Amino acid sequence: MTAQIAAFLTVDGVTTGSIYVLIALGFVLIFAVTRVIFVPFGDIAAFTALTLSALQTKHLPGTVGLVAALAALATLLEVIRLARARRPGQIPRALLFYLVLPLIPAAAVWATAGMTLPLPVTIILALALILPIAPLLDRVVFRPIADGTVLLLLTVSVALHFALVGLGLLFFGPEGVRTEPMSDYMVMVAGVPVSGQTLMIMAAAVIFSGLLFLFFEFTITGKSLHATAVNRTGARLMGIRPERAGTIAYLLGSLLAGISGILISPVNTIFYDSGFLIGLKAFVGAIIGGLVSFPVTAIGALFVGILESFAAFQNSAFKEVIVFGVLIPVLMWRSYTFAHSEEDIDE
Amino acid sequence: MALLEIDNLTVSYGKAEAVRGVSLNVETGRIVTVIGPNGAGKTSLLTAAMGLLRAGGTLRFDGEDISQLETEKRIEMGLCLVPEKRELFADMSVYDNLLLGGFIGRHDRARVRSDMDAVFDRFPRLAERRTQKAGTLSGGERQMLALGRALMGRPRLLMLDEPSLGLAPLIIREIFHIISSLRETGVSILLVEQNARAALETADFGYVMETGEIGHSGPAEGLIHDPRLIATYLGAGH
Repeated sequence: MTAQIAAFLTVDGVTTGSIYVLIALGFVLIFAVTRVIFVPFGDIAAFTALTLSALQTKHLPGTVGLVAALAALATLLEVIRLARARRPGQIPRALLFYLVLPLIPAAAVWATAGMTLPLPVTIILALALILPIAPLLDRVVFRPIADGTVLLLLTVSVALHFALVGLGLLFFGPEGVRTEPMSDYMVMVAGVPVSGQTLMIMAAAVIFSGLLFLFFEFTITGKSLHATAVNRTGARLMGIRPERAGTIAYLLGSLLAGISGILISPVNTIFYDSGFLIGLKAFVGAIIGGLVSFPVTAIGALFVGILESFAAFQNSAFKEVIVFGVLIPVLMWRSYTFAHSEEDIDE
Repeated sequence: MALLEIDNLTVSYGKAEAVRGVSLNVETGRIVTVIGPNGAGKTSLLTAAMGLLRAGGTLRFDGEDISQLETEKRIEMGLCLVPEKRELFADMSVYDNLLLGGFIGRHDRARVRSDMDAVFDRFPRLAERRTQKAGTLSGGERQMLALGRALMGRPRLLMLDEPSLGLAPLIIREIFHIISSLRETGVSILLVEQNARAALETADFGYVMETGEIGHSGPAEGLIHDPRLIATYLGAGH
């Protein structure tokens, strides 16, 4: 391998790794606050890319129906819960959050379908439409079993992923899509061509990791999310609602996944089931961070991207084997060097 | 007028009744204690008052029925529980723990800042350790942080569950001294303790709880000299 090839593979690896960084941070965020390993997270990224492509080809994306159906279901559950608890005064608020807000982007996409819109507008529409999906799934699927074990939550999460992949096939068909490139800028770095798209992906990873850091370090909302993650009971006693913290975590996570979906779709062809593999590789990065540390997760996800790129060059048939094989030494290292969490001790 | 009125409260875990028809009052500005042995149902009583446990009976706070209200609403009304385990945010700094204590008043930054200064005045040791992680504090400092964090929410009723648990005798004296000094802030206190003597010396009124029911009750001054209590809970010498 020449230095030129190594440089090329590194750029390629850092690009893919940056995508994994965004998704892996979302995994850690959602797991820390809700204890759910949100397997369908990669699907959220893929759905954003597919929705964007549908908007660009002037089709009505099936995700509009999904959002509307989930909003209706979540609203129904919430209204029944409030009626049972004899708190009818809270119903208007529930209608606003579970019905009106998610339906705004759905209605906007529905109304503008078939129109020719500038690229930034379609991107914003696609993102806005995807954002409510995970919080609504949380309300419908995870909140009724919020006190369950991590294993139960994971099992349900896997089932949810398969359901979403099925819906993805129904909504978007079996063909892969590539969205319009966002820039045709090209620059040579150390003899390696680096495209504007690549630079954007790397910049997004840096910017959103930085924003997430600032959010947790300097805002009371960020701190309340952190507090919910480290001590749920303690947080409740301060008047922090764990459900609301969960919703914020799902929204932020979805934003990260959505952005990565939009950034990757001009570079890689995205199919209805592409999300799983992207998500799984990001998950390896999250595991390296022990599902708790954001900085180690980011480094881990970058490492996975670079490893994948070199593995693909050396022996493309074993690319996935090498990447997932890394999990075994990582898990051994973590189980020997890190103290077990409080939950493990309690059980 | 009573700030908190608990009427015929019942808590059950499956078939086992942890609290059976308990009634008690906490008058405004008073320190009321519930003493009793381990397993008497004291913690269940507080947990139910906070709305974290399902309970039968009626709870009135400031004259308003709060039995059906969710925990967060009770907190907004001014109830606050410092649980036995303290439930601090171990990997966050003292400062951040206090900041989150003021979560319900977070939109008023001036209020949070002045409350924080007041807590640091009351607990100078917390001020010294403001950047230290809560998990690295000593037992006494943790209890101070738990109290300080609770005060940040400007509670009207502070419910303390075994504040002396696991602390050295000297620290216990300091903690009880702090609790009785809280009286001047106007907060009412419901104090649950196994350390009966220290609790009765601090409180105005006491209830004795045994196997889920209230046995005796009366002014703390009287209970401390009650021969029946001396035999069972207070011991002769100490």
